[in-house]
Amino acid sequence: MKTTFILSSALAIHAAIVAHEADIESLDRAIGDGDHYINIKRASEVIAGMYNELVPLPPDEVLQKIGTKLLSSIGGASGVLFASFFMEMAKVAKINGTNNKLEIAAAFAAGVQAIVQRGKATVGEKTMLDVLIPVSTTFTLSAAAGKTTAEICQALKDAADIGLESTRAMIATKGRAVGLGERGIGHLDPGAKSCQVMIHAVCNLILKD
Amino acid sequence: MKKFINKVDDILTESLSGFALAHNDLVSLHLDPNFLTRKQLAQNKVAIISGGGSGHEPLHAGYIGYGMLDAACPGHVFSSPTPDQMLAAAEAVHTNKGILFIVKNYAGDVMNFEMAGEMLAVGHATVLTSDDCAVINSTYTTGRRGVAGTVIVEKCVGSLAETGASLQACKALGDKVNSRTASIGVALTSCTVPAAGRPTFDIGDNELEMGVGIHGEPGRRREAMREADAIVKDMIDAILADFTSRNLGPTKNSEVLLLVNGLGATPLMELYLIYNTAAKLLVDAGLNVTRSLVGNYTTAIDMAGASITACLLDDEIKQHWDSPVHTPALRWGC
Repeated sequence: MKTTFILSSALAIHAAIVAHEADIESLDRAIGDGDHYINIKRASEVIAGMYNELVPLPPDEVLQKIGTKLLSSIGGASGVLFASFFMEMAKVAKINGTNNKLEIAAAFAAGVQAIVQRGKATVGEKTMLDVLIPVSTTFTLSAAAGKTTAEICQALKDAADIGLESTRAMIATKGRAVGLGERGIGHLDPGAKSCQVMIHAVCNLILKD
Repeated sequence: MKKFINKVDDILTESLSGFALAHNDLVSLHLDPNFLTRKQLAQNKVAIISGGGSGHEPLHAGYIGYGMLDAACPGHVFSSPTPDQMLAAAEAVHTNKGILFIVKNYAGDVMNFEMAGEMLAVGHATVLTSDDCAVINSTYTTGRRGVAGTVIVEKCVGSLAETGASLQACKALGDKVNSRTASIGVALTSCTVPAAGRPTFDIGDNELEMGVGIHGEPGRRREAMREADAIVKDMIDAILADFTSRNLGPTKNSEVLLLVNGLGATPLMELYLIYNTAAKLLVDAGLNVTRSLVGNYTTAIDMAGASITACLLDDEIKQHWDSPVHTPALRWGC
């Protein structure tokens, strides 16, 4: 994984988040408190704006700088959770490298695990993890099975879609929607939606090349 | 959306600057990272620091000053502040007695303060406020939200800290006050987050949201609008049921602090009307309302609505509630 790929992904994520403003916002208005899109957009804008600062750095330092920037400039649950993701991914990338699919999958899995630990949440609680955990598992398994890049990207997009859809029937037990109880059933989780949008953005970028 | 705004992105900085200017005898503002401290930093006491999303004014910066907070960290509107704000505030106000964070129980606030705590070299503890009885606590949720009862926690802990009490003692009092406090809110309209530009939720002219959170999170249920007495009765019933479910009694003649809090767009006239009914209902239930506070103390931007908070008093809580306080939003006895 090269620095240029991380930076292109950041730009693709920013564009995709903006393109999905209406979807994400309406979900957050339904079961959240209306600030998720604003925070995610601000986060992706801030990172996209670091392009010149990051372009000369090695991948692990890029990930670390993205993490610390998110930690200090976004706030809310999503700021600290995405910061934890990038800072842990950076740590593993620095130790093991990100030279092949297995190493990238391992770094990604470590990042997701950091979100699990910081948020004390898991699959089935109507959060971003309902997308990220299945995506991470799929990534690890398909990389280990020697799948092609195109096959892996398609599998990750599918896993994100299925994970997102699974939040529809859930009762939230973490995050702002907990007060809703059964009234939240039938609504997709906005945090899971924005993660699905990001996974698609990065996979589509790879598939296009 | 019709609001007093120059540029949406500048709202927070301009409002904080105005606050600091208006209260320049009491507070100092530091920008980037954003935090506010007392003008005269206190010595040799536990430093009490709170923080949370903006939009709940006067919470928390309005409670900086003698007898309450040493510093506050305002986040973006309805979003938790970040660890660097908390660390900078801690650096500015800590003495040799440790730091107590007072944090409302929301995932973002909890995680950001937790991360700041992990990065902090100074002794510290956290009081999590969770007075909102609209969210039923259980092992499988992040639990009850912290709402207007936080003001009572900040007042009492702040008072104790002024006496030179230890970090452990301050945390213990904060936990006790929180454990004896219950709140519930009701919304008549939505709030509008300025950057979103439109109401967070839709609600009809003939509807109310019972159990609403201070960010406009939906509550227990959507109900038909009724006369005030019926709404207040449901709220007081919820609070009394919560006390009972937590084995707090209350016993006959238990003393109670009754706080009727406006959520931003409900006039004092209506808040006092609510107080009138709420106090009578508590007396009917055999309680003794001996302390009261009515006004906008924990708001949800421009939401029309109110919350009712009851705190079961004991001698220690009474002493620290009554003690002198001098902050922009709360002042008595000095």
